[in-house]
Amino acid sequence: MVRVDGNGSGDALIRMREVDKVYHRGGEVIHVLQGLNLDVEAGEFVAFMGPSGSGKTTLLNLLGGLDLPTAGTIVVDGDELSRLSGPALAAWRARHVGFIFQMYNLLPVLTAFQNVELPLLLTRLSRAERRDHVELALSLVGLADRLDHYPRQLSGGQEQRVAIARAIVADPTFLLCDEPTGDLDRRSADEVMELLSRLSAEYGKTLLMVTHDPRAAERAGALLHLDKGVLVEAGRR
Amino acid sequence: MAVPLLYTLRSVRVRWASNLVAVLGIAGVVAVFVAMMAMAHGFQKTLVQSGSPRNALVQRGGSTTEMVSVMTLDQVRVIEDAPGIAHGGDGRPLVSPEIVVVTAFHHKASDADALAQVRGVTDRALLVHEGLRLAGGRFLTPGTAELVVGRNAADMYTGFSLGARPAFGGRTWEVVGLLDAGGSAYDSEVWADAGVLGQAYKRPYGLFSSVTARTEGPAGLALLRRALQGDPRLTVQVDTEVEYYAKQSRLLSTLIRVLGYLVAAVMGVGAVFGAFNTMYAAVSARAREIATLRALGFSAGSVVAAFLAEALLLSLAGGLLGCTAAWPLNGLTTSTLNWQSFSQMAFAFQVTPDALAAGVLFALAMGFAGGLLPALRAARLPVAQALREL
Repeated sequence: MVRVDGNGSGDALIRMREVDKVYHRGGEVIHVLQGLNLDVEAGEFVAFMGPSGSGKTTLLNLLGGLDLPTAGTIVVDGDELSRLSGPALAAWRARHVGFIFQMYNLLPVLTAFQNVELPLLLTRLSRAERRDHVELALSLVGLADRLDHYPRQLSGGQEQRVAIARAIVADPTFLLCDEPTGDLDRRSADEVMELLSRLSAEYGKTLLMVTHDPRAAERAGALLHLDKGVLVEAGRR
Repeated sequence: MAVPLLYTLRSVRVRWASNLVAVLGIAGVVAVFVAMMAMAHGFQKTLVQSGSPRNALVQRGGSTTEMVSVMTLDQVRVIEDAPGIAHGGDGRPLVSPEIVVVTAFHHKASDADALAQVRGVTDRALLVHEGLRLAGGRFLTPGTAELVVGRNAADMYTGFSLGARPAFGGRTWEVVGLLDAGGSAYDSEVWADAGVLGQAYKRPYGLFSSVTARTEGPAGLALLRRALQGDPRLTVQVDTEVEYYAKQSRLLSTLIRVLGYLVAAVMGVGAVFGAFNTMYAAVSARAREIATLRALGFSAGSVVAAFLAEALLLSLAGGLLGCTAAWPLNGLTTSTLNWQSFSQMAFAFQVTPDALAAGVLFALAMGFAGGLLPALRAARLPVAQALREL
């Protein structure tokens, strides 16, 4: 059960307590997140909505280990993030987080196969094992026949599905989706959301998704609103 | 684990036009650098190979060149009788007293007068000096105004071809033979009979510049040196020819090298900025890709390594291209003033493996210098922000 009151049980996969994030911009102090609490259990699919500037991206960056909180603690699967240094944090991201971005962020000079293989280069898997994993991930997103295509040869929807394959290929602890349908037409967006729902329902993946798209948010098991740096529970299916 | 090399290679290919600028910049510097090294080496080699390790060059004590040395006939006799000296098939000692004068001839390439070294020799000269042979005509007849001309001198100066009758030193001479000294300094000399040359230049009878003696080997050379330097009738210095010519080449070849380093360093700064610019552009253009790699878990260090590898790859290409551009200089003959003997000397550029290796290393150093800051910048990019850049 997702909770935002700070009273979640001790076995939550992700636990944020009294998290503040403050930015300084030209002498001005901006409180992006204030005393934020969040508990997410394994297997949940949580959507975050909120107006621009409400701190959604900041929240995602903190959860993904791309940024550290000004105050408070973030514990994911037993690791407290603010205790990790640069290289350790990079290694933590490789092991625990699968990122899905609005603009897909595939490397244009690599094929679909090579893009999906990237996270596995940070594991101890052999070449043959990597090939098996990549092919499995790409067939799961329905692109087994596009292994050798470059991103420019794929449609936006296909690119995003390759990005999803890349996010799941190393079987991370959870997936972080930043506006995954923001750059897609309706049909491709539905396909991508269908895929994310399946990952949650059939494979029990933990998903945290920031979105502006109410239709995308509907797919999530829980919907949280972020406004002026504070999380509010807005709905539950 | 490192960022895959494939990514680096393909990224280089995608931005080939901008990369080409950096590659060409580095190639230009390396070409100039290798050319200067080839020049210094060629000059040095020409002089050093003029000397034989078995030959001793005897000059008046304190002389730095043959030109300022004076040896008298009685000193020559003492040297001929000294121990350690080899003897020819005729039983006579292999000792060649020689006169060196410097005179101006018309230099074809610069269409102006240039100083040439004229050596007055005896019939012993060809027996004593190693690696010399007649490339045409015959050797001069002692006591006549005949000349044997080094093949580079024949090319360099107007009117010194076989059969020509040049005039200098107040008389007319005839070229009767061409000398092939295998690319050494003798190739730039004009040889005349010692007695006739001495007369033409008003040298008192029996005065020579230096004495070259063939010894019986290293032991003979040591023996000769000890005997001559211990002889109260003589104040002479005994060098091996190799030592003498190495000393002669040192000044100019060092100057060329230092100039080469200086020019290359100045140009290198430019090329480093070129590489710097290219790599900075590459980093800015790929900010989102770098951030993506970082988000996926690649460490800052592996990003630095990837961009340094890219810079080194570009500079390696530049280095190889520069070496390729400098390669045709190998063997090209040119001439310069030998500052020690004050005479023109022809030499061939020598593009050596060492010069090529130094050129490639220099290129890599430029790539490293140009790539380091951009690579560090790539690693320090704020990941969260760069991820959303378009």
